[in-house]
Amino acid sequence: MDTPLKEPNAEVVNQHTKQQWVYSDVVKDHFFHPRNLLLDAVAPGQFDAEGMVGSPACGDVMYVWIKVDKATERITEFKWKTFGCGSAIASSSMFSIMTTENDGLTLEDALKIRPQDVMLRLGGLPNRKIHCSVLIDKAFKKAVNEYFRSTGQHARIQVDGARVIDKRLNITDHDIEEAVLEGAKTLEEVQKKLKVGVGDPDAIPDIEQLIRFYSEKYYG
Amino acid sequence: MKTPSTIYLDHAATTPLDPRVKAAMEPYLDAADYFGNPSAIYRLGRVAKEALWEARVTISSILGCRPEEILFTGSGTESDNLAVLGIARAYKAKGTHLITSTIEHHAVLHAMEHLEKKEGFSVTALPVDEYGRVAPKDLAAALTPETTLVSLMFANNEIGTILPIAEYVRVIRDWKKEHGRGPNEAPFLHTDACQAAGYIDLNVTKLGVDLLTINGSKIYGPKGTGVLYVRRGLRPQPIIFGGGQEMGFRSGTENVSGIVGLATALRLAHEEREAESARLVPLRDRLIAGILDRVPKVVLNGHPTERLPNNVNVSILDIEGEAVLLYLDEDGISAATGSACDSASLDPSHVILAIGRPYEFAHASIRFTLGRSTTAADIDYVLEKLPPIVQILRQISPVSIEMDGTVTGAKTAFVDMGRPHWEKNIKATK
Repeated sequence: MDTPLKEPNAEVVNQHTKQQWVYSDVVKDHFFHPRNLLLDAVAPGQFDAEGMVGSPACGDVMYVWIKVDKATERITEFKWKTFGCGSAIASSSMFSIMTTENDGLTLEDALKIRPQDVMLRLGGLPNRKIHCSVLIDKAFKKAVNEYFRSTGQHARIQVDGARVIDKRLNITDHDIEEAVLEGAKTLEEVQKKLKVGVGDPDAIPDIEQLIRFYSEKYYG
Repeated sequence: MKTPSTIYLDHAATTPLDPRVKAAMEPYLDAADYFGNPSAIYRLGRVAKEALWEARVTISSILGCRPEEILFTGSGTESDNLAVLGIARAYKAKGTHLITSTIEHHAVLHAMEHLEKKEGFSVTALPVDEYGRVAPKDLAAALTPETTLVSLMFANNEIGTILPIAEYVRVIRDWKKEHGRGPNEAPFLHTDACQAAGYIDLNVTKLGVDLLTINGSKIYGPKGTGVLYVRRGLRPQPIIFGGGQEMGFRSGTENVSGIVGLATALRLAHEEREAESARLVPLRDRLIAGILDRVPKVVLNGHPTERLPNNVNVSILDIEGEAVLLYLDEDGISAATGSACDSASLDPSHVILAIGRPYEFAHASIRFTLGRSTTAADIDYVLEKLPPIVQILRQISPVSIEMDGTVTGAKTAFVDMGRPHWEKNIKATK
């Protein structure tokens, strides 16, 4: 039999059993057996910082609690709760592993984890799921900011505003916001206005996420 | 890993091919005697043509119309497109106003949007009540001398609500009388009966509609088959051009085996309609009552009684639909959701939003649609498996949405700097 055409959103097929599932085996494992899930009520002072992103209206909410070793800045504990689809739950679980395995990453290294890195460890995600469901890194970023704030390290707080999205053209999220306000709704339409991501394809996931964000914000 | 047998509860998406339908189709797929092109004059062609005519007669007797009023198409979507685009374009000189509702299938909505954006039509999408019904007085108020087509579905595919089509027919008739317009003058009424077929009487003469859509793949017939009933005297402009088949309204060599299958499927659905409905209503109500009883924080979407015998749609708050589907699938249960995460477009169900529910309820909606294979044991199995799934996912979820429905859809998106503006309605688990 011929190899079936592989479409971008095709289901993941297990090479050995030929069983099909919407997600990879790793995603499935983390979805059905989430690691580092927060199950009990949080006692005051139990964690050093927490962060939340998302809204149930948009379909995803991630809540993160972290404990940090003050001397080494390594993450000793990472707990989470997530409202969302299979990939949202699995990526939260995977992110918690990535930040705490091998005695834990330092805050600085953990902040470098990108959604693509989480996706790689998960063995891939369906295309349309990548930008909307891997948001745990943003919740984590908020928690880290809260940690910096509470420890008086204000200079280290990372603010998302005016973030450079396309490094070649130095286009920021504010430029994309402007384009959406001017009526651009798709990547193609934004690219017509800005040429964003044309010379920097790595930026496209970020750009698409911002288009979605600003479209929802202004046009709901 | 255990491999549970599938409990298929997604009959509104599609139905399995009935073995009796398959048997009726088989000669037209296999035997050397039945492959002819119905347009050909020799014997093989005549045999195929005869089969088409018989199918037309079968369907027309069920719909209470003439065989010439039955058009075969390639899908329910194509029938809807032909009705909307075909009538709107053909009667453009008479007016460019179209009416539909906010809960229609995209086959109608997107066709109308196209006409609005590209061809200078104006479209009124009538609002619906909390159950998904258009008020007849709203239709009456929306009709103008410019209106050429009204398209309102017979029963909704997501929430199962049955719309009072006969009342809409009366509204349009009264309006025409008042304005001195005859039956062959606009406005015309099209109804998408894809979900109604098999559960509601489709007699178009009794009903009084001008156009009606049926889809073979929703009634245990073959996929890729559809019917559009077009009342005699109406001339929709074709959307497919070619050899002039289907009286010139839909060119293309006829899908003879599919049409034979569709006619057989509709006949069986018609014959078994009352018994099957009577069998399914108690099962449907058992599932609804069971979920409401065993799972806290659940709302029923759609009308409690004016709904299709096979449709159950609930919003299970604080959890997301796709995650529920994955868990159900693991237990061998196939269902559907209105959550954005499960749609190719990543948009939450427009129907759940149209009945006034917030986004959160759309993401949390789960649809079970029963069918011929569904037994009481299946329902009990779902009722056994669903509560623990909800419990697990609620344990994972950090949100808790109030039941009072005051949560308004948030305009704040997910990577917001601050917290959502409606956060008073969300209590983070702490």
